[in-house]
Amino acid sequence: MSLTATLLRVGLSRGLIELRQSFSGTELIGQLFWPVATLTAIHLLRDSSYGASGFTLGTLALPGTLGMFIALGALLVIQYLTADREDGTLLRAKATPNGISGYFIGKLVTASGSTLAYLAILLIPGLFIVDGLDVASVGSWLTLTWVLLLGLVATQSIGAMLGALISTPRGAGFVSIPVLGLVAISGVFYPITALPEWLQWTAQAFPFYWLSLGMRSALLPDSAASVELGESWRHVETICVLGAWAALGLIAAPMVLRRMARRESGSAVAERRDKALQRIG
Amino acid sequence: MTRVALDVEGLRMRYGTNDVLHGVTFQARRGEVLALLGPNGAGKTTTIEILEGFRMRSAGRVEVLGTDPAHSDERWRARVGVVLQSWRDHGKWRVRELLGHLGSYYADYSTELIRRPWNPDELIAAVGLTEHTDKKINTLSGGQRRRLDVAIGIVGRPELLFLDEPTAGLDPQARREFHDLVLHLAEKQGTTIVLTTHDLHEAEKLADRILILNAGRIVADGTAQELAQQIAGKDEVRWTYGGQRFIHQPSASTPFVFDLFQRYGAAVANLEVRVSSLEDTYLSLVQQTESHPSRATGMNSSKENQEEAAR
Repeated sequence: MSLTATLLRVGLSRGLIELRQSFSGTELIGQLFWPVATLTAIHLLRDSSYGASGFTLGTLALPGTLGMFIALGALLVIQYLTADREDGTLLRAKATPNGISGYFIGKLVTASGSTLAYLAILLIPGLFIVDGLDVASVGSWLTLTWVLLLGLVATQSIGAMLGALISTPRGAGFVSIPVLGLVAISGVFYPITALPEWLQWTAQAFPFYWLSLGMRSALLPDSAASVELGESWRHVETICVLGAWAALGLIAAPMVLRRMARRESGSAVAERRDKALQRIG
Repeated sequence: MTRVALDVEGLRMRYGTNDVLHGVTFQARRGEVLALLGPNGAGKTTTIEILEGFRMRSAGRVEVLGTDPAHSDERWRARVGVVLQSWRDHGKWRVRELLGHLGSYYADYSTELIRRPWNPDELIAAVGLTEHTDKKINTLSGGQRRRLDVAIGIVGRPELLFLDEPTAGLDPQARREFHDLVLHLAEKQGTTIVLTTHDLHEAEKLADRILILNAGRIVADGTAQELAQQIAGKDEVRWTYGGQRFIHQPSASTPFVFDLFQRYGAAVANLEVRVSSLEDTYLSLVQQTESHPSRATGMNSSKENQEEAAR
């Protein structure tokens, strides 16, 4: 028990230190870029009304973008894992007692903390930009909380799994292309009902759509459900799909991560460094 | 407690069909500084990675602090320190912040005899980084970075410390400072140290005992003096007498020359004594391997050769 307590404490402090690092100095500009770009888009959409729903596109899109940023946390985890293997951070963790566990706890804290920061950066100014959000009721925040927690577990464990399978930061860059494609078809900015049916089904297999839907269900009045598929918030389906991804991630990620950690050695790190240098030179 | 820190017997490593280690056997006593000396591709890194528990072996028996590293636990990990040459990690962290953080993993493994971890400020002073305590790690120079790597390696007060090619890429000044640091550690802390190097002078300067590894086999094992006797060639004495040139390789050159003068006196001319050094022998060994890698090692295309050649 004391070991678990130590690990949680050490992992948490590690996560918070790296979180502070990633939101200070020049890093901060990179961190703010996408949330601010998203807010700009919402600002532009704030007056375009969507059909006869009585809602503006900006109001419909803001909750969806919150869901999108939760899911994009997976990309953060992938980037961390690939970069940390290349520079030897992971090997350092392996050379430290319980270091690998502390490392992963720390990464999840950093990635979750970054995600929460993005949500705050979006939501707080967002409330002043768009009208019609339902943020006064306890129910809204309860829904937001469970969607957020389930979403973090699902997307970060999947991210950890992919990050372990992809061996280089370059590879991590390639993954973001299909991910951005998924964002485009997941009804984040514009209701999914406008898309052809086969794209709707594709989108519904992945967490982006359900996280956006869940966030809309939390922050929009119930009357807004009329623009959704089935004219419902579909909470049961949301729990099932996100839960399935979370289960897949929680089962597969530790196995893949253990395999990745086992293969780490000084010569493996040196080899990757040499390859990286060759690319530059 | 046993006096043997490291016990390796018949260690073999094979990548595909290439044998990189052919039955390596050696021991290290507690408190000893042991150098694994050898040319690139000799199998030094493979050996040390097996001992560190980072690589699985093909065959043989290995015990590090009484435990097989292939089946080690976190308690064992807390007793072992590792310093590599290629670490660039934690660049955004500050020196003290990182040492404090990494040290906290060791607190649960503190014992009556060994208090873990090392206090970060004392540790920073011990490796001479006090001025850089609050610097970001990616702003340190190469030598400072290596000192930090050593500090991280010993933050848990390891009983056994591995240093893999610790001075590769350092300038002469940084290299000398690093040597002093290692000697200080061995002397003051009584830490058992195993280091790999391809530099004979470094091995002579740092190690109590040197193992020469060549083509996956140990070809010599002993103190620098013992090695000089074991593998160094004979001295060479040249002189002229009565217009004739003589070359002789006596087993002991000083008594031979003394005898020469007693017999022939001032008639001995152009006397030259070339004392054979360990360096000559070692260099010829390395040269053989590097100019004919396939003949000398039989594993030209092995993974390790490629890796080491790339460094």
